[in-house]
Amino acid sequence: MRPGDTARFAAQSLIRARGRTLLMLLAMSIGVSAVVILTGLGEGARRFVTGEFASLGTNLVIVMPGRSETTGGAAALMAGETPRDLTVDDYLALTRNPLVSLAAPVMVGAAGAARGRLEREISVVGTTSEFLKIRHLSMDRGKFLPSGDPSRAVNVCVIGEKIKQELFGKEQALGEWLRLGDRRFRVIGVLATGGRSIGVDIQELVVIPVASAQALFNSPGLFRILVEARSREVMPRLQDQIRSTIAERHQGEEDVTVVTQDAVLATFDNILQALTFTVGGIGAISLAVAGILIMNIMLVAVSQRTREIGLLKAVGATRAQVTTLFLSEAVLLALLGGLLGLFFGYLGTTAIHGVYPDMDSQAPLWAVLAAVGVSSLTGLVFGIMPARQAAALEPVEALNG
Amino acid sequence: MITLEGINRIFQVGDQQVHALDDINLTIQPGEYLSLMGPSGSGKSTLLNILGLLDKPTSGRYLLEGREITSLSDDEQATVRGEKIGFVFQFFHLVPRMSAFENVELPLVLAGMAPSVRRERVNVILEQLGLMDRAHHRPDQLSGGQRQRIAIARATIMKPSLLLADEPTGNLDSRSGTDVVEVLEKLNAGGITLVVVTHDGQVGKRAGRRLRMVDGAIVKDERG
Ligand SMILES: Nc1ncnc2c1ncn2[C@@H]1O[C@H](COP(=O)(O)OP(=O)(O)OP(=O)(O)O)[C@@H](O)[C@H]1O
Ligand SMILES: [Mg+2]
Repeated sequence: MRPGDTARFAAQSLIRARGRTLLMLLAMSIGVSAVVILTGLGEGARRFVTGEFASLGTNLVIVMPGRSETTGGAAALMAGETPRDLTVDDYLALTRNPLVSLAAPVMVGAAGAARGRLEREISVVGTTSEFLKIRHLSMDRGKFLPSGDPSRAVNVCVIGEKIKQELFGKEQALGEWLRLGDRRFRVIGVLATGGRSIGVDIQELVVIPVASAQALFNSPGLFRILVEARSREVMPRLQDQIRSTIAERHQGEEDVTVVTQDAVLATFDNILQALTFTVGGIGAISLAVAGILIMNIMLVAVSQRTREIGLLKAVGATRAQVTTLFLSEAVLLALLGGLLGLFFGYLGTTAIHGVYPDMDSQAPLWAVLAAVGVSSLTGLVFGIMPARQAAALEPVEALNG
Repeated sequence: MITLEGINRIFQVGDQQVHALDDINLTIQPGEYLSLMGPSGSGKSTLLNILGLLDKPTSGRYLLEGREITSLSDDEQATVRGEKIGFVFQFFHLVPRMSAFENVELPLVLAGMAPSVRRERVNVILEQLGLMDRAHHRPDQLSGGQRQRIAIARATIMKPSLLLADEPTGNLDSRSGTDVVEVLEKLNAGGITLVVVTHDGQVGKRAGRRLRMVDGAIVKDERG
């Protein structure tokens, strides 16, 4: 048989059995586009979040009190051990390391904030002037904490936009007094909105000098020391040096956990990867449903096709010819179905992108390949299998099939 | 020449055996016109299917033009079916999605013949059968007689030496039935060996050699 005739035969049988062909194409394209759209969503969410993290600066090394049992990831404190405090002196020791470009101590706590009769609970961060740059924050009005000796308690504060609105309304906040706990702080600046810090909404933050925070919370212990390395390359070296510096200062005990932003990022990335896989799983289920649909349509057509195969054999077709004819038909159908599915999938992700411009919802390649692969494969298998079986029959059996 | 020696065909139905053909011995000369009659279930179709290589005998030898057929591979049998044998069915067995022209063309397509040669040959045969104006109709747009003539055109387009017809008039009224029989006889006059299975005595009588089957055996073989 000529290749052109084979193609024509396949195309003709698809075109003239229009209803069946359309059903098959529908099933295949639903399966493929579902996978493309769903995994695209998951992938978009993952990229969105990792992008947010990356904008926080990737040269960041975070020092936390207490030893983590596992390396990397979030620090799990060793049970029963009371770690030594991380102090402002530890922080000062770290700033002397030449690999460090910036460092800031961080204390956190909650305190009642009051102005006149207005009062509310507020998250308070005690830190130094370097915090602004390390956290990529910017000022809306006024100034951030002054630089200088971190062990000096100066009663000034910088407030988030929302705090400003709630406690001062439309009034001028700069230069005014704010009561935190039993102390008074002069407002010297208002943070700009827009920046985001992991887990904390900076709009609802009050920032004070670290020494004032130690006095306010009546504790010398720091929550974190944020260290920015001079470059990415020196980060592993810096981590080691930080550990030994602190150990020296803590009577040889390595009682801090040093993680990089990357490690945190990787953990989140893993979680989000799992999300993409979950969404991919949902896609796979829709694909399986589509596969079963394809299978059914094919099986319904079998008895009719069996008679056709019997006739083909009666007029001289070999078994190989019959298989080739039906294979070509199935390939053509799978190709069309796959392309149609990709097209609808693309439409879907584009629509999502239109609604949520922040989300770059591109389906990952593995999902696209799997979707097209599985739907083509079911189409092929259930297109050829009955044909192969019928082709193996004696012509008379197939004719009466 | 066709020779059948000790042909048996046994069907297994559950744990029961149906002896559809029982030790058939038969010789058919080239160009002969045979009719095959007998009660329902006597094995006529089974015999015809074996002659047409649509079915395999359980035992026995089948020689076609001196060649042992039963020992050929499936593909070789397919080639013999395509080149030497034409089959006409009671229920036409046309491909419903294909036009009359395409149905007739099908064996030539499978044989890999060039499109221009195919068109020429199909047109000639449709002309002979007076079906030129129906060439692009689908089977469901044709009458029974027209369908059977299309089926005959398809069976003979490869110029086979043996034409087998299983109740070719069984689904036709008597007028188109006579038409169809005349077409078959004209082909036989052109040299093709013709075997017709029929229930119609009038049709059966016309053959030069008349076989009668009962219970899987040939019980009568008349000539003249
Ligand atoms: N595929 C099959 N499986 C089982 N038994 C079969 C099969 N085909 C035919 N038979 C049996 O073989 C015997 C002969 O059948 P065959 O079709 O050859 O009869 P026939 O003479 O053509 O009858 P009719 O005139 O009704 O067409 C019957 O008893 C039939 O039941
Ligand atoms: Mg019969």
